[in-house]
Amino acid sequence: MKLTVNGTAHEVDADPSTPLLYVLRNDLGLNGAKFGCGLGQCGACTVMVDGKAVFSCLTPVMLLEDREIKTVEGLGTIDNPGPMQTAFIEEQAAQCGYCIPGMMMRAQSILEANPDATDDELRHGLEPNLCRCGTHMRILRAVSKARTLMKSASAAPAVERA
Amino acid sequence: MNISTPLNATRRGFLAGTGALVVSFAIPAVAQEGEVATPATPAPQNPDLPGSLAETPSLDAWIRIDANGKVTVFTGKVELGQGTKTALRQIAAEELEMDPASIELITADTGQTPNEGYTAGSQTIQNSGTAIRHASAEVREIMIRQASEKLGIPAEDLRAENGRIVASDGRTLGYGEIVADDLLHVDATGNVPLKSPDSYHAIGKPFARVDIPAKVTGGAAFVQDLRPEGMLHARLVRPPTYTARLVEIDEDAITSMPGVVTLVRDGDFLAVIAEQEFQAITAMRAAYATAKWDEKENLPDQNDIPAFLESAVSETGSVASVGAESVSGARTLQAQFTRPYQMHGSIGPSAAIALFENDAMTVWTHTQGVYPDRDALAEMLDLPPEKVRCIHVEGSGCYGHNGADDAAADAALIAKWLPGKPIRVQWTREQEHLWEPYGAGMLTRVSATLDDSGKIVDWRYDLWSNSHSTRPGSAGSLMAARLMGRHFQLEPAKLQISPSGNGDRNAIPLYDIPNQRVNWHFVPDMPVRVSALRGLGAYCNIFSLESFMDELAEAAETDPVEFRLRHMTDPRARTVIETAAEKFGWSDDPLPQGRGRGFAFAQYKNHAAYLAIALEAAVDRETGIVKISHVACAVDCGEAVAPDAIINQTEGGIIQSMSWTLYEAVQFDRTRIQSPDWSAYPIARFSAIPDSIEVAVVDNPGTPYLGVAEAAQGPTGAAIGNAFRHATGKRIHDLPFTRERVKTVLGV
Repeated sequence: MKLTVNGTAHEVDADPSTPLLYVLRNDLGLNGAKFGCGLGQCGACTVMVDGKAVFSCLTPVMLLEDREIKTVEGLGTIDNPGPMQTAFIEEQAAQCGYCIPGMMMRAQSILEANPDATDDELRHGLEPNLCRCGTHMRILRAVSKARTLMKSASAAPAVERA
Repeated sequence: MNISTPLNATRRGFLAGTGALVVSFAIPAVAQEGEVATPATPAPQNPDLPGSLAETPSLDAWIRIDANGKVTVFTGKVELGQGTKTALRQIAAEELEMDPASIELITADTGQTPNEGYTAGSQTIQNSGTAIRHASAEVREIMIRQASEKLGIPAEDLRAENGRIVASDGRTLGYGEIVADDLLHVDATGNVPLKSPDSYHAIGKPFARVDIPAKVTGGAAFVQDLRPEGMLHARLVRPPTYTARLVEIDEDAITSMPGVVTLVRDGDFLAVIAEQEFQAITAMRAAYATAKWDEKENLPDQNDIPAFLESAVSETGSVASVGAESVSGARTLQAQFTRPYQMHGSIGPSAAIALFENDAMTVWTHTQGVYPDRDALAEMLDLPPEKVRCIHVEGSGCYGHNGADDAAADAALIAKWLPGKPIRVQWTREQEHLWEPYGAGMLTRVSATLDDSGKIVDWRYDLWSNSHSTRPGSAGSLMAARLMGRHFQLEPAKLQISPSGNGDRNAIPLYDIPNQRVNWHFVPDMPVRVSALRGLGAYCNIFSLESFMDELAEAAETDPVEFRLRHMTDPRARTVIETAAEKFGWSDDPLPQGRGRGFAFAQYKNHAAYLAIALEAAVDRETGIVKISHVACAVDCGEAVAPDAIINQTEGGIIQSMSWTLYEAVQFDRTRIQSPDWSAYPIARFSAIPDSIEVAVVDNPGTPYLGVAEAAQGPTGAAIGNAFRHATGKRIHDLPFTRERVKTVLGV
């Protein structure tokens, strides 16, 4: 079947009931989405589908043909990080870092839907995602900073963005 | 791919360094010098040398320089999200006069690095950092001496700068031009002076963590992210209880499922192996559904942990006995506190990859101790230790002994059945929740006597607890070894009283109290599996002590901060207490109804970091919800190498301890653990996070490093208890402060 991930179409050979998480990690070699619970309780596997945050550990690939899937790899690269990634690096918003890609994808979905989301709305929106190291204060700071950086990125001329 | 014989870290003939995760499967296929088995905790070779140099004195065990001047530093400690990989580079760069970013760092690998036991107890900077600091200074001085000979210039006219030795006449020599065979193959002397704090360019400076960029861009950052060629996926089928026996399983029904390679059964150890991960998961579910087990009722009553602990004491150890046996005073108070079994609860369930090839086992693992784990695996596999190599790769944050070592054992046991195939074991969420060793349940009783002036004159403290460490070293620590047909047994637990403490960690109050009796009533039986969880006994002991200090302050009609200062002469302790109070704006001004202030202090282990905390909490009577609104904390961990990492660890410790204190208790009936996931074992989510947490680092440049990463656990719990008391007039003695318990205590 055909899956579109981070703007690229892929032909994948997987049982249609396979949760997206395993296809992303094993078939496409994308490390960003993490296995945390397989139950939709922790958010470590969060990715975006058509702009909305979903638990990739619970979503079978059969539901995802012709949908736009975005993972943390789609936000930028280590050499050219996107606004959300830059914000997390600048705020040093990680301890072990295992939960962080899921946090970033959920925050990205909130801010893409509402670029002016308030700090309270962001905090409320992150409720499904667990962090055990207790990095929450930094995650909140990073997400607030990402809101600012995303606005200036989208305001920049297209040539600079490229 | 060949596994080489692990080389002796103290007697290496050449640099075998391959540090990056992406190349770590390319183990050099070169015959290397063998070594004898290294014990779990290495014996000091030269106890007078600083930090871990005492156990591993040879400079080239720590620092190697190649002909191009590339410097590689080796540590036996691991990155757990504390920032180790960055802070140790800063330390080495400081004394070597280099840029931290230009230094390669290899972390724990039995094939490459020194044996530094476990990365535990907040000792990485204290032990490894101290060793690397001194080794780096000695290497710098060796470079200067060699350059002096080569250039014919007196050493005092030479200086190190940017990885080169620079002469007063302008000539320079790079470290790579100076270094020669075996130049660094000498033991440290411990006599080379360290740089003075006023000349630091790296220590204490804000360097960005080296590991974060890959973690936020999808790089291969964790053991879970490794996918070697030809890898097979394994899933475990664990028994329903620790001691259940496998009665029957329809093996054919499982092995005939799509993609299933085989089913491994060894006694009560059961695993399915498949080509693809979801095929392994599907087969695992089928096996769980059909396997039949014989299980027994042998867990204690979770609602009466004190009764179990008191009934199972084997011996009582004296932790402290100071001053007179019996002292009278104006007033005596007493109290009892309990702590339930609590989880590490790593967000990423444990995982490992193992490969058995040419009669040797290689395991990529997120263990905290590659050497002790190697010894345990060798015993389980019936292999000589030199035929087992453990390579640390980061996992999700662990906070102590979680499922990491067990997953390594699971992968190794399976890999031995399937030579030549890399085997990836990934635990499920339920397996992590049910099978990790928990932080031990505890009971404490304290009584103290105040004199007429409101000073404590007598102190008695008794605690009941298991040992807080069942870490590997021997096979019986590994779950796979206990389940397999040979049924290895956990070594019997022993009572040990040590300066760092275990169940008795921080059981002795740091306050000036003339007469003290502190006892550990030791419980050897562990019907609920337990081991090291961040802080060991310190969390419950400090919760008890510092809750009780507030009770005493109230009896003495004294402000809690003032009462603590009255009993504290240690100037560094006084400074953090005063700093936290000042940052918080501590006062006795009235607060709105249902709100309260709480304060607590401890010096972790009574010899590591000093930490004081003040916080404000709101208690909602109707719902039983306790919400912390703001927190101020002061911490002194000696010379601050990486201040932002100290703040990050302390913020994290505060939030994690808040979660333990408000929500967490492992549930079980008389047969089974009943906390298989996050709905049955809830932890803090964003809605519970305080509005602000301020951490002030009290820096003491030039003083020894004091372990800090676990220092917040105890004081945070006590400060919450004290704020609850201030808000409601009631005290909660039993952890955690669940909504039901809050409402019961308040009579709602």
